[in-house]
Amino acid sequence: MNATVRDAAIVSFDNVSKWYGEYRALENISIDIPKGQVVVVCGPSGSGKSTLIRTVNGLEPIQEGRIILDGTDVHARKTDLNQLRQKVGFVFQHFNLFPHMSVLDNVTFAPIKIQKKPKDEARDFARKLLDRVGLAEKADTFPGFLSGGQQQRVAIARALALRPPVILFDEPTSALDPEMVGEVLLVMKSLASEGMTMVCVTHEMGFAREVGDRIVFMDQGKVILDDTPDQFFSKSDHPRVQRFLADIRREA
Amino acid sequence: MIEILQDYGLNFLVGQYPHGPLGGLAMTLIVAALGIVLSFPIAIIFALARISPYRSLRWLSKGVVNFVRGIPLLMLIFWCYFVIPIVTGYSVSGFTTLVVALVIYEAAYLSEIIRSGIEALPKGQTEASQALGGSYALTVRSVILPQALFNVLPGMTSQFISTIKETSLGYVIAVNELTFSANQVNNMLLTQPLQVFTILAATYFLVCFVLTRTLSTIETRIRRNRGMA
Repeated sequence: MNATVRDAAIVSFDNVSKWYGEYRALENISIDIPKGQVVVVCGPSGSGKSTLIRTVNGLEPIQEGRIILDGTDVHARKTDLNQLRQKVGFVFQHFNLFPHMSVLDNVTFAPIKIQKKPKDEARDFARKLLDRVGLAEKADTFPGFLSGGQQQRVAIARALALRPPVILFDEPTSALDPEMVGEVLLVMKSLASEGMTMVCVTHEMGFAREVGDRIVFMDQGKVILDDTPDQFFSKSDHPRVQRFLADIRREA
Repeated sequence: MIEILQDYGLNFLVGQYPHGPLGGLAMTLIVAALGIVLSFPIAIIFALARISPYRSLRWLSKGVVNFVRGIPLLMLIFWCYFVIPIVTGYSVSGFTTLVVALVIYEAAYLSEIIRSGIEALPKGQTEASQALGGSYALTVRSVILPQALFNVLPGMTSQFISTIKETSLGYVIAVNELTFSANQVNNMLLTQPLQVFTILAATYFLVCFVLTRTLSTIETRIRRNRGMA
């Protein structure tokens, strides 16, 4: 990989390895993610895909290698992780909204309490974001009154409130009832169409095919394949990939 | 019993006040309120220390809590009453002794309740705050504690009630609280201990009952507003 590619990358993994005790969860991962790209990370469960994106904002430590996020080494000792995390949105499988705060307070939490933005400005922007995910009228209710799909859309608005250049999605639709998957994917698609850099761990192969610029397939902590969706779905003859696709189709 | 209340009701309520020291129910409520209000922040600090990343803090908190929980409150009160003057050289009033002993004792129990509340929160709550760039202090203050304390409100209510009832142990070091006042009334009447101590029991019950109902009403209302099950 040459220097110019690396410069353009907003997230870059450089030979990253991670162990849980004896178990090696990530093995020599090297990936560059340029600005504006939508990367879908998939693979069988236990393949390390969630672990992989959780290392990008330092929710999981790594033991070897480097991860550079927007020019900063995430795991370097002198890195101000709280500062750096404001540059990367994170959407969780189980939403993790704050149940004791209203929807609006969830979205303004980071801008007001962390970035110390003026309250009016933060609330205006939060209302715009809620409008964007189709939940403007829910601003004053509490997460407990929302469906899973609505909660996940609020969680996306909350991640967007810091105007991050990158958003990470950790299986954002896996905890949802099937009829709610669509509304969340729709929001994600609209983000992608606006040029947001996204890293999505997901089993939604339709989304991967339609929106993904690139598919990273993982198995046993290694990147097995890193290619365009077209190549991945039609031409890949890797046995592990084929087995995975067959399993996915059987489920669907 | 109604006669006793008519004649000595004021003794039950405020002791000999205004002709003598304040006592009775008023004193009990003051001691209990101080015990609860002062032990609460200490309990939070001990709970946070107990789950902190620093081993020394964890051990210190665990040691203190286990020590305090291992001795009877009466012993702690005696200990404060007799040992503090010897060690410090100052004589301390029964009132102060009782409050200090109660605060130490209740903080130990309360800290375990609060710790259980913190540990029962889904890890995702902390992670969500961290992922947004929230510091440890902000995460604890705005995300963890508001939820954890609310979730253990029933357990804390029990502890608050215990505190109210345990103020009666102040009797043994002559703190002028409700039980002390009741005993004074009993000594004046001499022949009606059953009635006097029934009034005493009913008074404690009433105070505890009001507190329980108030807190549970608040809890129910908040739960409903937040759409919690």
